[in-house]
Amino acid sequence: MRAVKIKKKDLAKFLKAIEPFGELWGPVKNGENYSLSKIESFSDIKTEALRTKIPFKKLFTPPEFPMYSFSEEGMKEELSDIPKRVIFGLHPCDIHAMMIMDRFFTINYEDPYYMERRRKTAVIGYSCVPDDLCFCKTTNTSNVEKGFDLFFSELTDSYLVWVGSSLGDDMVRGCPELVDEEVTHDDLERYIKWRKDRESKFSLNMDFTGMPGIVELSYDHPIWEELGEKCLSCGACTIVCPTCSCYNVKDEVELNTVDGKRVRQWDSCMFREYSMVAGGHNFREARAERLKLRFIHKLQAFVGAYDEPACVGCGRCIDTCPVGIDIRTVGLRLKGEEVKV
Amino acid sequence: MMNCACANEQRNPLTPEPFRLIRTYPLNDDVHFFQVRAVDVKMAMNLNYRPGQFMMVSLDGIGEAPFSISSTPSRPGLLEFGIRKVGNVTNRIFKLKENDIFGVRGPYGNGFPVENMTGRDLVIVMGGLGAVPLRSLLLYALDNRDQFGKIYLLHGARRPDEMLFKEEFFHMMNRDDLICHLTVDQDDTGAWPYETGLITRLFGELKDIDPNNTCFAVCGPPVMYKFVVAEILKLNVPKHQILMTLERRMKCGIGKCGHCSIGGYIYTCLEGPVFSYWDVIHMKGLI
Repeated sequence: MRAVKIKKKDLAKFLKAIEPFGELWGPVKNGENYSLSKIESFSDIKTEALRTKIPFKKLFTPPEFPMYSFSEEGMKEELSDIPKRVIFGLHPCDIHAMMIMDRFFTINYEDPYYMERRRKTAVIGYSCVPDDLCFCKTTNTSNVEKGFDLFFSELTDSYLVWVGSSLGDDMVRGCPELVDEEVTHDDLERYIKWRKDRESKFSLNMDFTGMPGIVELSYDHPIWEELGEKCLSCGACTIVCPTCSCYNVKDEVELNTVDGKRVRQWDSCMFREYSMVAGGHNFREARAERLKLRFIHKLQAFVGAYDEPACVGCGRCIDTCPVGIDIRTVGLRLKGEEVKV
Repeated sequence: MMNCACANEQRNPLTPEPFRLIRTYPLNDDVHFFQVRAVDVKMAMNLNYRPGQFMMVSLDGIGEAPFSISSTPSRPGLLEFGIRKVGNVTNRIFKLKENDIFGVRGPYGNGFPVENMTGRDLVIVMGGLGAVPLRSLLLYALDNRDQFGKIYLLHGARRPDEMLFKEEFFHMMNRDDLICHLTVDQDDTGAWPYETGLITRLFGELKDIDPNNTCFAVCGPPVMYKFVVAEILKLNVPKHQILMTLERRMKCGIGKCGHCSIGGYIYTCLEGPVFSYWDVIHMKGLI
């Protein structure tokens, strides 16, 4: 893959130069957290941000959006006003999660609402140094070789910029005055040293190897009842998870009772109504059943369907669950290790 | 009237097409029959599906819900449903009148693997609302009668007034290309002309089947499966030749919304709703 260099002090200039590629989104500070937001001023971008509270998925499958509107005149598909965007600052774990989402939303049937937004979005990745919640090294998602248009690796005073697509190439070719095509042996050494340092900073492990079989045999494990007692069914884990994508559909009608829209909104398999059918029968009435569904899906079923678990080690569920039920803890418990939930 | 915003373009699989209600009448107190047709003539004639597949019926301002197709693809042009009034969407569907326009999208799901069922004997076991999807398979097999061996219909309803497609199935009793047994759990009318007792009682009529050359198709209330499958297994029918169609909550029909997932593995809307008994025993949580 081609790599070029851009000076760190020129980052704002570069982001200005790529304005024609779409509205810029990046990590900004929001109270104690970082959030992926539309950038009004380049100085708002926090390149040190690790996980944004809500991941990139909110741009491709927004928490709530109209699928189409209806009125006396007919139906109007809501797919035309989607802006071109550039997401700056996605880390390798999120890019892996995005590739999982891309596969999920195109397999069998292509979801036009996800794909229209996705196709109009350029992705600029950004290197990161792990904190004490990151376990992407052991989920093999701490590096990316594809899935981005550009990827910025921090060297000392400049960035090594990997060009991952034709669109990314257009971006760097658009501002030759900011781009240094000459990547030297010193740069390579700096990059290798930086990688080594980064690798040494991971403190959390979770090896999902062999999980499908373990999960299969754990169908009647007492852990599900135990966690079901603790779980609040709040759904926060599914909201922050970059590979969770379940949704609900509802109709919203104006007061004139005729005009309205069909709206899609995030749903959660943790919610009681999730598997309830008309007439009131609930296929997953117990919290323990719903928890089990989620972890079977992430750790076993996904491996069967996509050859990898639906976890990229981003640490969001560890950070978010109010009662300490996260995918790593559950995985370790199923593997027979002593961890306190 | 609804217009498709994307006519002739690559179709958005999540937006319904306008359909017209052709006729509707009650099948019993809770279940009504709905015969519908795509407004677009080309679409009406080209809509291809398999017995066992389902469509999403969509009412603007109320929502969508999945319904099994009860008609057979061997009679193109019209789609038929048997719908039980049970929630918001169905309450509104029951208020539709002939010529009303509403939305339909699909077909979805795997349907019955009819290619693998031809050349064999076929036993259709339907209880209650299970008559709706299995009527599609029954009519399909009768329309392609030369492709099947013996065809059996075992039908159970709770009471005579609850039986669906009564007239149609009574006529089946007179056909000589079909072995038909109808039963009700209880006959409170005293006028029921056929058998009385649970559907499992009818299995006495199947003693002579060749288990290796017979396919079973089963649909009924959840409680029925366990007992019916036990009877079928007693006949030594291979597990993959016992097919059943299941129900789950669905919002999309295309394997994205997540609700119909079974055991985290299987999206009922893609890999179902027809499953074999072999699927059932190695996928936890199916029935």
